[in-house]
Formats: sequence, structure tokens, C-alpha cells
Amino acid sequence: MNLTLKIWRQHDGNSKGDFVTYQVSDISTEMSFLEMFDVLNERLVNEGKVPIAFDHDCREGICGMCSLHINGRAHGPQAGTTTCQLHMRHFKDGETITVEPWRAQAFPVIKDLVVDRTAFEKIQAAGGFVSVNTGNAQDANCLPIPKDDADASFFAASCIGCGACVAACKNSSAMLFVSAKVSQFALLPQGQVERADRALNMVKEMDALGFGNCTNTGSCEAECPKEISIDNIARLNREYLLATLKK
Amino acid sequence: MQKFLTSSIGKKTVMALSGLFLIMFLLEHLYTNVTLFFGDGGIEFNETSHSMVRMIIIRVIEIVLFLAVFVHVAQAILLTKENSNARSVKYAVNGAKDTSSWNSRNMGFTGSVIFFFIVVHLYNFFVPYRITGTIGGAGQETVAQDVVAAMENPIYAGIYLISVILLAFHLSHALSSAFHTLGMSNKKYMPIWDKVAMGFAVFMGIGFGSFPILFFIAKLMHKDLLNWGM
Amino acid sequence: MSKLDSKIPEGSLEQKWTDYKSHVPLVNPSNKRNLEIIIVGAGLAGSSAAASLAELGYKVKVFFYQDSARRAHSIAAQGGINAAKNYANDGDSVYRLFYDTIKGGDYRAREGNVHRLAEVSNNIIDQCVAQGVPFAREYGGLLSNRSFGGTQVQRTFYAAGQTGQQLLLGAYSALQRQVGLGMVKTYTRHEMLDIVTIDGKAKGIIARDLVTGKLERHSGHAVLLCTGGYGNVFYLSTNAMGCNATAVWKAHKRGAFFGNPCYTQIHPTCIPVSGDHQSKLTLMSESLRNDGRIWVSKTANDNRKGTDIPEGERDYYLERRYPAFGNLVPRDVASRAAKERCDAGFGVGTSKMAVYLDFTAAIDRFGKQQAGKLGEENASAARIVELGKEVVKEKYGNLFEMYEKITGENPYEVPMRIYPAVHYTMGGLWVDYELMTTIPGLYALGEANFSDHGANRLGASALMQGLADGYFVIPYTIGGYLNPQISEKAIPTDHPAFVETEKNISDLIDKLMNIKGSKSVDHFHKRLGKIMWDKCGMGRNEKGLTEALSEIRVLRDEFWKDLRVPGEKMDFNLELEKAVRVADFLELGELMCLDALQRKESCGGHFREEYQTSEGEAQRDDANFMYVSAWEFKGDNKYEMHKEDLKYEKIKVQARSYK
Repeated sequence: MNLTLKIWRQHDGNSKGDFVTYQVSDISTEMSFLEMFDVLNERLVNEGKVPIAFDHDCREGICGMCSLHINGRAHGPQAGTTTCQLHMRHFKDGETITVEPWRAQAFPVIKDLVVDRTAFEKIQAAGGFVSVNTGNAQDANCLPIPKDDADASFFAASCIGCGACVAACKNSSAMLFVSAKVSQFALLPQGQVERADRALNMVKEMDALGFGNCTNTGSCEAECPKEISIDNIARLNREYLLATLKK
Repeated sequence: MQKFLTSSIGKKTVMALSGLFLIMFLLEHLYTNVTLFFGDGGIEFNETSHSMVRMIIIRVIEIVLFLAVFVHVAQAILLTKENSNARSVKYAVNGAKDTSSWNSRNMGFTGSVIFFFIVVHLYNFFVPYRITGTIGGAGQETVAQDVVAAMENPIYAGIYLISVILLAFHLSHALSSAFHTLGMSNKKYMPIWDKVAMGFAVFMGIGFGSFPILFFIAKLMHKDLLNWGM
Repeated sequence: MSKLDSKIPEGSLEQKWTDYKSHVPLVNPSNKRNLEIIIVGAGLAGSSAAASLAELGYKVKVFFYQDSARRAHSIAAQGGINAAKNYANDGDSVYRLFYDTIKGGDYRAREGNVHRLAEVSNNIIDQCVAQGVPFAREYGGLLSNRSFGGTQVQRTFYAAGQTGQQLLLGAYSALQRQVGLGMVKTYTRHEMLDIVTIDGKAKGIIARDLVTGKLERHSGHAVLLCTGGYGNVFYLSTNAMGCNATAVWKAHKRGAFFGNPCYTQIHPTCIPVSGDHQSKLTLMSESLRNDGRIWVSKTANDNRKGTDIPEGERDYYLERRYPAFGNLVPRDVASRAAKERCDAGFGVGTSKMAVYLDFTAAIDRFGKQQAGKLGEENASAARIVELGKEVVKEKYGNLFEMYEKITGENPYEVPMRIYPAVHYTMGGLWVDYELMTTIPGLYALGEANFSDHGANRLGASALMQGLADGYFVIPYTIGGYLNPQISEKAIPTDHPAFVETEKNISDLIDKLMNIKGSKSVDHFHKRLGKIMWDKCGMGRNEKGLTEALSEIRVLRDEFWKDLRVPGEKMDFNLELEKAVRVADFLELGELMCLDALQRKESCGGHFREEYQTSEGEAQRDDANFMYVSAWEFKGDNKYEMHKEDLKYEKIKVQARSYK
């Protein structure tokens, strides 16, 4: 395959970026999108140019490190797929592909396509945990949990923290991320003790970090590589309202 | 409470609650309008309008209604501004159309048009009747006739119709979104709310849309729709 | 040999850890807050250690190269975590887990460490459940188990095919809680580039801020390396792209011995390589071998499609060779058997370097079971397949999806193609019972150390070891080292040792930047990987290893002459990051070959082709090689081997058989 790539280049957070156009040829349909980038970067290095910076690590769709807004879509056009698992067979020969970084005030660009997602770290630190010190646990089977609850909690917990929800949301809202975390614990007996505080504190932190407000468009769910449901957002709203009444 | 009202979820809750209140008003307004079709020469319509003005409770609700409009609009402006600030650099290519509905993404636009229409509507009816008293006079027996006259004006009818269509778009997202925001939604109920919202939007669209269309057509056909029963 | 004291406590095996815990010196809470601990790496071992130590009151600083601790490659572990809970009532016990681990490791691991691991395994499950890790459950609400390779009991706890993710998120949430409380400071996008030693003790690190390129000095009373394994020496592996050996290698060059570098695990069930562009290999969880059957055609060079080969012409070679364990033999055995079939010309697919992993039988079995459950006595064949697929989807759905995404083939319809790939390194920094390396104050936890898996790791044991080390071992053992240091103030980072170490690293970076040659880092990395895979991979022999040693040296010289690193050093420079890592791999690869060369036996993941039985099974030499090789760096690519003899008090050492 031969492709035209329009890629956002930006030296660092303080400089102005712009699109640069590259032609790539002999791209195999077996390649992943990032392997196609590898081929381009190898060429740039050989030409003595600075390769394109992009985030990636596990390349098996679980670490949440990869990002990229490809042809207007977070993680590209395939539903339920991270960029590292997106394969070139989903593109057409001769196609022009535009690649941009995640765009959100809360995710400032570090370089080229790399953005800073440590805002998520702060939200997690504000309440995304059960306060149990090591060594205090009772036997695991002392706490039977209905399979349906455990499964629902697991689905919420399968969030990889990639930030696609924020990137896809027209308001750059982090509600899907926060709601997945709040839901994971709200659905389990272990999470009950801190349930109200967790919802209040995580939302407070989210608001302070400059994410937008959710308007229930559902883009986040559609773009989430782990297909996390916006049911979780409704649950977070509920948790938050109840917590407000309680506290 | 202040913390709640300034939080993102709190702000959304205010939008949802004020919106739901406005929806209730729309239902009431639609009922009143339907009386135009009673064929009694507008007597029922005029009397309903009349009696509402006399009832204290309605006068109180009217104040709440204005407040709700104000809160809904002000909050919407605030949220839109915040949301826009949350992404100062926009995407060069935006594929949002593949992942969300037009209605859900354009609440600001549809809402603005509706607000503009409300202003026009108030200017045409509420202001002259209730404030300046420039039309209607003591008896106020001519409200129905004035409404019909307005509907027969192609420009006004056109504005009315466009606004009603956008109102339907607005409602189709608004209702289910409000339930979602209030936490009254999950995998089981969400599809139901979506259908209810869509059905409600279509109902309201047809309901309000029927006035300009039918009265305009009736005029073209030289029929007196207001007095068909008499 | 006096240098190697494994510090295994006296007493009976079952009592060692209990006694140790009762006698190890403690640190008073008011003193803990004055003691700083540096942790490098934030996977299972790093995050769990950081959280636990911070809970105790120590001041903790955590460094990792990703933008979040949640991204460490522990997250990719799919199958599960072992524990001797015996919830399945199938006769499991601490002893059996201990025994299976030692046997699985081909009698090359320390009894004391492994027994402790088995003992704390149960606490890990309890701890994780308390944290809200959503493990898979039965309808009664209790935890569900499955079996893994090399065992005959069901002791593996799991969360669909994302167990590592859920466990890491558990540890990560505990870590972030401490961050929120101000007890831990995390340094995202920071890479440790050297250890600072003062008077022979580890007192800090030099880290590079990957965003600005600035070198930073950080001091601490102890340093914990939780940086994972070195499988990326092979370029293609199941490791993440950023996994590297720089931290352990720099520690090694500062005096920490390297244990058993040649022990690498080749995982039998990975998606085969599809072309030269391939950047990494993707694992299909070992749990698939619970229900999938592995086969090739009975005819060599059979070009038919898998579905076209009739049942009678299929060779289920694992079931044939190892009837007792069948498809669930340990990883090293399964990998070698696959290689043997492919080398003999029976491989499948276009590359012929793959075998089939087939779920047809499982779909049929599950379908019939399900039909019985639903009371559909006369279910048609199509209905049975439909029901069976539903069950398979419930159990392995995400893995099947992943396979389809990568290969474009639907594994519900056609058998999956799999081939072994580098997955884990049992070798690592040599540590004693307290997890301390030969540099006092420098610890290695998780995959970064060599201690618990011998020559081969059993499935679902890596997660167990990482969390055991972090949650339940280091919080106790570190007290013994820190106790005498309570009066020591924080070490100033303007100490000459810091200045000098930083200068060394700064010079190294300048040197890399100034080569200005013509070839990219990946070019060298790929070539190194090929040498390692061909000559120090699944099968090794003296000739190949000797060749590899000279080839690596040549390649290394070329690297230092012809590397090109574009960009600036004081910048976010991904090529520079890779260059530093590959420079270390080029040295470590040599040590791996040296170690493989000296170990003239076959054991676990180390298969020397000269040493095999007539049936092609690995042949150990217990008389001469029952030791841990611990390599000391002697400067300028010179190494000296020390031996730690392994003594088995509890277990009778015998030939490992899974027949």
C-alpha cells in the first residue's frame, strides 16, 4: 500500500505545531498502524531527520499508552481497538490519513503526538482505591460477591486509562474514565465504606483539572477501546447525587 | 450545596431539572393550543388563557418558569464556554459524526434558535397582552383570533415551524440526557429512555407543528379552521 | 565464594519465614519517616512495594519511564495468579505449590525462597480481594479457579484474560492512595540510568527526565529495582516496547552479581511472526491450553488448510508424548515440542513456523454440556456448536478477539496458529533471602531478580512472585538493613559520588549523540535479536554460542561506530532512550551467551542440544551443575562467575517427567 500521511509535528509544549505531509510506500496490510509509523521513523532516522514522537508500549492493547487521533477518530476507525491493535488492512491504498494528538486542555502536548495524561493520575489519587493496608485482609472467600456484580465491576475495571474518552468527547470530559473507576468500587462490597467520599473527591479533582462537562453524546463509549458503557456515567451521576445528599 | 451547584455534575443536574420543568410547561402550552382546534371560535382557548391569568398559582409558576428559562440558558452559556475552553486547539479532522448523533452535539445551536423564538414569541403575544396592553384590551376575547392571524402570516409561520422542528431535535436528546444526568438510567432503561425521548420529540414536533401548518393550509383553502364547528 | 551468602534462615523449611519475621530487626515508626526509599519501576513488584512501604511510614520515591504506573508491563499478563488456597478441594497445599514450582523450575531454584513464596501466595489473594480486584467468581459468589501448565490442581485465580491488568490496577490504586496522602512521590517519564554507591552501599540514583532530557540526582537510604526482565534482548518478544535491562545492567556494572542470565522462557502460545516489519510478539494466554488442543499434520509439508485435514491425519503431539499432562505440560516442554515439529517439516501456515491450537473439540464438549444443562436432548450438531461457541466466548472471548484483530482470521472457525516466543527471563540480579543484591542497600524484586523460578517459570507464577516480593517480603526484610541507619540523615546529592556518577552518564549520552553514524538504533537491536534468537534461543549449542559471542562483539563495535541518534539530548528524544537501552542489551547479550556456554546441561528454558536424552528430552547434570551462576562484572566486558550451590533438604531431586 502507498499512503499519504498528514502528521502533527510540534517541538514541545511551548511551541506552535503544524501538519507535515509524508508519503509512505510498500506498507503491508499485516502491519499494525504503529508498525507503519516505525517504518516511517526508520526512514526519517536514515535521512538524518528527527523521527515522530508517539506514545506506545505494550502493543497488545492493554497498557493504554498508545493514543493518536486518526482521521478524526480516537484510536482510528475500528471500534473497540487501540491504535497498536489497529491494522493497516482497514485502510485503502492511496488513502490520506491525518494523525493528530489527543486534544484537551487537561492533556497538554509534550511533543508531536505525545500528550501528558498525568491528570488521570491525580484523579486516581483523589479516591480511586479502597483504603486497606497490606496485611489486613480476611480470607478472600469470606466475602461472597454475586457473579453479576463481580462481572459488572470487572467490565468497569477493564478501563486502560488511555484517555480516548476525553479525546473523543466534544467537551473533553473525563466522565467515562472517572465513572468507570467509581463504578468498579461502588459495585463491590469492599468499596462501600468510602463510597460517598470517593464519588465526591474524584469528581472534585476531575473538575479542578480542566476537563469539560459531560453532555451525554455517547462518543466516549463509541470510541472506548475497551467498550466501557456510559451506564457507568449514569451510575456516577447517581452516586454523586446521593453522596451530596448524605454529606 | 454551593459545592454541588458549582460541580460539573451539579451544573448538569440543574440543566436537567430546569429542562424537565420547561418540558412540563411545553405540555401545558400544547394542551392550550389544542383548544384552538375545538371549532368553537376560540372560546375555550380564550377562556383558558384568561383563567390562567387570574389564577395566583399560575402567576407564581409563571415567575418560576421565567427563572427556569433564565437558569437553563445561563447555565447553558456557562457550560458551553467551559466546554469550549476544555479544548482550545480543535481537531483538524473531526469524526464525531460517526460516534454521536447530530442532535446531541448541537444542543447549543438548537437551544439558541429556540431561545430566539421564545423572545419573538413573547414579543408578539406576552408583551402586548400582559405588559403594554397594546392589543387585546379589557375583554381579551381576541387572543385566539390573534394567534390564528399570526399563523397565517407566512414569515411568522415559517419561523414557528423551523423553531418547532429544532425544538423536536433538542428534545430528542434532552429528555433521555436528563434521565441519564439524574442517574435514572442503565443498560436496561437507557434504550427505553431513548425511545421515549424520540417519541416525545416527534409528538411535540407534530403537536406544535400542526398549528402553523394547518392554519396556513386552511387559509390557502379559504376555510375558517377556528370556527369549523359553528 | 564467601561473597555469596544467601542468608537462608536456619530451621525447618516450614518455619524459616515465620522465624525470620519474628527476629528481623524493626524500625520504629518515628524513624521510618526519616528514611527514604527509592523504587525504580512500578509494575506489580514496584507498585506493591511502594504502597506497602509507604503504609509503614517510609518516605518513598517511585521512578518509571511511562506516564503512569498503571502502564507497566505486568498489565499484559493474561492468565492468572497461583495460590495454594485449595478452594477447589483438589488436594492443593502450600507444599504442593512449593513442590510444583521447584519441579517446574527443573530443580534450579532455592528451596527457602520458593517455600516462602508458596506460603504468602494465599495472603496475596486475600489482599487483592480486599483492594477490590474483581476476580472471576462462581454463581455462589466464591472465587473461581482454573488450571495452568505443569500442575494437576486448579489453583489459578483469574479475571477473564486480564488478570495482570486487574492485579496491577489493585497495586496501582494502593500506590495512588499513598500518593494522595503525600507518602509517595512518583516521577513519571523518568528513566533510571545509574546507581550511586557511597562506601559500597546503594545511596541513590541518577535518573533522566525523559521530557526535558535533564539528568537528576536522587538520594535514598535504600534502592529497590523492580524493573522487570530483559527479554527485549531478543528484539522480538512478548515484552512491551519499552521494557529494558538498563537499571539492572547498570547495577550489575556497579557490583551487583547477575544470576543465571541464560535462563529465558520461551512461551509456547504466541501469534507467529508475519513479516520483517514486526515490532513485537503477542502472547495468547496459556489458559487456552486448558481447553485448546495443539496439533500438526501427520504428514510433513502438508499444504492443506487446517480445517481440511481430517481428524485421523492430525498429530496431537503433546498428548502423544506426554499423556499425563497432555496439552498442559510446562512452557519449556511445550515450546521445544513445537520447535521440534516445525524443524522436522510439520509446521503449518504459510511460514511453516507455527502449530495449530484448536478449539473444535472444546466447542463440541462445551456445547453438549450446555445442551444437557438446557435440557435440549436432541440438539442438532449446529446447535451444539452454537452453544459451545458461546461458552468459549465467555471464557476466552477477549483472547479470541485479539487473535482476530491481529491475524484477520476468525479463531471460532479456523484453528489458531501459534509459535513459541520469548516471554520471561528467570535470570536476573542475584539476591539473597532478603532480596538484597550483592550491593548493600540495593534490592531487586519481581522479574528483575533471579530467585524463585529456577530454570523455568510455571504459568501464573510471575504475578504471584511480583506481588509476594512487594507486599509481603520486602516490608519485612528491608527493616533489617535500615535499622542500623536510623540516625543517618538524608544524603546530600552534592556528594562527590553523585557528581561523578552523573558525569559518567552525561558522558555516555554525549558519546551516543556524537557517533553520528548512519544506522538507527532499531537496526542494531534487530540484528542483536536475530543473533540471540538463532543461537541463544530455544535450542543452544557450543558452536552457536561461540559464534554468537564473537558476532555480538563485532556488532557492538559497529554500534559504537555507526549509530545515528538524531535530535537533541536535552529534549524528549525517543531514539536516545532506545540507544541507551540497546547499548546495555549489547553487553547483556554477551553475558547470556557466556552463561549458556558454561552450563553444559539442559535444564528448563536452557536447552543445550548436546545434552538430551534419546527421546529428545532435556538432560540435566545435577552432579556438576546444581548451582546458581552469579556473574561479577570485572570491567571492560570481563566477567567472573561465582557459584551458589543449591541444597535440597526437603525435596528429592529427580528427573522431571510429565509423561
